[in-house]
Amino acid sequence: MAKQYETVIGLEVHVELATATKIFCGCSTKFGGRPNTHTCPVCTGMPGSLPVLNKKVVEHALKLGLALNCEINQYCQFDRKNYFYPDNPQNYQISQLYLPICHDGYLEISVSGEKKNVRIHEMHMEEDAGKLVHDEWEDCSLVDYNRSGVPLLEIVSEPDMRTADEVIAYLEKLRMLCRYLGVSDCKLQEGSMRADVNLSVREVGSQKLGTRTEMKNLNSFKAITHAIEGERERQIELLTEHREVVQETRRWDDNKESSYGMRSKEDAKDYRYFPDPDLQPVVISDDWLKELRGLQPEFQEEREKRFQKDYGLSEYDAGILTQSRHLADIFEDVAGLSGYPKKTANWLMGEGLRILKEKGMEPEELSFTPEHLSDLILAVEHGEINHGNARLVFEQILEADVDPVAYMEEHGMKVITDDGALLTAVNEVLAENPNVVEEFHSGKEKVFGFLVGQVMKKMKGKADPGKVNEALRGRI
Amino acid sequence: MEQLFHMSALELGRKIRTGELLVRDVALSYMERIKEIDPMIHAFLALNEGRLEERITEVEAGIREGRYTGPLAGVPVAVKDNICTKGLFTTCASKMLEDFIPAYDAEAVKRMEAEGMILLGKTNMDEFAMGSTTETSYFQITVNPWNKEHVPGGSSGGSCAAVAAREAPLALGSDTGGSIRQPSSYCGVCGLKPTYGRVSRYGLIAFASSLDQIGPVGKTVGDCAALFEIIAGNDAKDSTSSNHPLENGEDLVSGGLQGMRIGIPEELADGIDAEVKKGILGAAQVMKENGAQVETFSLGLTDYLIPAYYIIACAEASSNLERFDGVKYGHRSKTAAELHEMYRKSRQEGFGAEVKRRILLGSFVLSSGYYDAYYLKALKAKALIKQEFDKAFEQYDCILAPAAPSTAPRVGVSLSDPLKMYLSDIDTVAVNLCGLPAISVPCGIDSKGLPIGMQVIGNCFQEKKILKAAAAYEALRGAFPVAWDTVGF
Repeated sequence: MAKQYETVIGLEVHVELATATKIFCGCSTKFGGRPNTHTCPVCTGMPGSLPVLNKKVVEHALKLGLALNCEINQYCQFDRKNYFYPDNPQNYQISQLYLPICHDGYLEISVSGEKKNVRIHEMHMEEDAGKLVHDEWEDCSLVDYNRSGVPLLEIVSEPDMRTADEVIAYLEKLRMLCRYLGVSDCKLQEGSMRADVNLSVREVGSQKLGTRTEMKNLNSFKAITHAIEGERERQIELLTEHREVVQETRRWDDNKESSYGMRSKEDAKDYRYFPDPDLQPVVISDDWLKELRGLQPEFQEEREKRFQKDYGLSEYDAGILTQSRHLADIFEDVAGLSGYPKKTANWLMGEGLRILKEKGMEPEELSFTPEHLSDLILAVEHGEINHGNARLVFEQILEADVDPVAYMEEHGMKVITDDGALLTAVNEVLAENPNVVEEFHSGKEKVFGFLVGQVMKKMKGKADPGKVNEALRGRI
Repeated sequence: MEQLFHMSALELGRKIRTGELLVRDVALSYMERIKEIDPMIHAFLALNEGRLEERITEVEAGIREGRYTGPLAGVPVAVKDNICTKGLFTTCASKMLEDFIPAYDAEAVKRMEAEGMILLGKTNMDEFAMGSTTETSYFQITVNPWNKEHVPGGSSGGSCAAVAAREAPLALGSDTGGSIRQPSSYCGVCGLKPTYGRVSRYGLIAFASSLDQIGPVGKTVGDCAALFEIIAGNDAKDSTSSNHPLENGEDLVSGGLQGMRIGIPEELADGIDAEVKKGILGAAQVMKENGAQVETFSLGLTDYLIPAYYIIACAEASSNLERFDGVKYGHRSKTAAELHEMYRKSRQEGFGAEVKRRILLGSFVLSSGYYDAYYLKALKAKALIKQEFDKAFEQYDCILAPAAPSTAPRVGVSLSDPLKMYLSDIDTVAVNLCGLPAISVPCGIDSKGLPIGMQVIGNCFQEKKILKAAAAYEALRGAFPVAWDTVGF
């Protein structure tokens, strides 16, 4: 009988912090920008330049560390990791090895209703490297230091995950925490969240860990899932053939959907870590920690429950709305203003998410005045605008934050409630279409819709369909 | 004009303020003197000629309009070549940085400019400040103005020789293990190594970050105090910079020896050249006769000074010098075919033997398996040595010691035995390991006609105590002879 294998997975996740400036200098962290325009003597490793720690980075690290239930090293320090590579201008990366800021935490994940804690080994602060651009035509390489010195947190888990689903659940949960805390936008494609997967397999029942490999360059959940499945199979195949799994770093090739070995443990580098003498140890006061603990937001799960309880939303609706703290904030604002939480949820989840998807935007990018959406919802509820037009106005609110009341006036979308005009239109339509009226009376109910349409046309769409129906029924 | 070169920097400043001397005359006279004298001394690597005229005009206007009112406004200054000067070569006396022109000024340079001081040029040094003789410079050997057969000491040999030869009234040096105090003593000038954190290291090309300090070199203690006051003070760009309050320059040197408790550590005063010892004890006697209590005491752990210092300094240097790789600036090998070969060859060709030796030592003590045995142990030794000094400062206001075990050695004898050269740093490295301030003051001339220097060491942030003691001794000693008056060229 074939042996049963269990997959053992630990993750090293890099999260790029959403600070305005870099970790050790005042340069902008903005994405894009012409090469080497967000640089200074510090982040280009000029002789004589010195790093100065951005306090915001420590604050972000502490916020996430607290959310991950970590122990905090209130006295921590930065170490230099020495290695030569041109994207690293000093040829050492300022990181933390000996005394990382956070350690021994856990993250609760849930896969198909099953809850599980994944332990966090440690979390540390470090600087990102620049970007190398290889010009094949000119046979030269260029380096862009705009990303050099962008702050990162590295979160190292214990090998507690067993399936790709657990890994994705862990990453989604971590991403959600970071976004709720405003610590990072965690976009895998843009590289603001990067996950390295450490994977080994062992026979079911065995307590001993197998030899692991580390996979890099995974920039989507799909790639992560495929890489895990592929690597599990590759290792099981080696073991069944009584061959050895080599401890190595493997690079994922998204086009080929497979990984290949980059370097093995034998040529592992000696990074000669030592405390960076240019930086003072970071001392975190009890008061600061206490203050940050008090600032921890209500996270997704609690909020989801509260939305069901306070607003009568379904579990599904509450779940979707709370995926993004920003979306949930908008919901609460608009629901509070309009007094129609369910309708607010419908607008945001139906039309709202559809439009975002069409435009390839994230909920975080929504920026409109809550009053505007509230006013629109109220107008619909009061029969002042029909649904078709309301959708157009909603789109305008999302795109340009228009004031719906003014917009409806300007574009003549306001429903005409003057019965006189409506009755005139109904009478005209009935007089102009005697054949259709006859067909209706002979039992062809379907033609009624045509007549409604004709009335709406005469009213230039500015009539409430319910009222048109009513008037037509009474006259025909 | 001859007289001008013998004036102290403070006197020059005073005469400029009163209009007795013109900024232009002073600056141009010094520049001329450098051109006349330096071909014999070789103290300078680059002159600030290109921008001199513009700067003179600017400073003249600044003084006239009341922007520059300090004691050193209009006074020229020379700067050691490991301190960045915007638009002017900063080479660390290395082939690696032969063509390097910084895009920014070091904070210390900025502060001197803001006081209306005028940069004369950049001075020679041991390559990347690694050495005790200025002979490891890639470009030239600076000679001692007292005797051209002898070295000026190092690594700030160029700055000290320039002041001794009256090529500059003042200079900046840097001190990682004695690099200001030892050459000051060899050249018969004063040199102050401030408390670690007093002067911003921003723009000082790092040798050993936890030990490096920029400091002044001058003819007198007062000149050093005045320049120290200008360059000292907190700088947000240097995380290790201190915001400890500072007294002003004149107060720093005022007061006397009365009631001052001074200790001489037997371990540093013994086993040194007899003439040097005699010079130090003679100075101690003068201080004793003028109100100070002077006694010898035993300082513990001195056997660990040199090993701890060289392990820490080399470890930090090995990492600090990694950025010199031929990628961004500096020497790039022309014969390398691929990246790793480019690294190897650029560094092989760009660095001299002493720098390579220290990079190798430092990389070794940080490598996996040796970190605990060497680097961590050295840090522990450093902490214990600091405790020894803490104990000493409970007893004494100042510690008196030689600045070097001998006077300046002859050119060409030191580099052949690096270990012996390292051991000669015994009198100066403790100050850096413990972050203490210390000043070197000339206290005699030996039978070879070479100056002897003594060191006054204080507790952290007590520059005032050592400056006060040194200034009082200096006044009692009287004017120190001028280099070529005794030997001549």
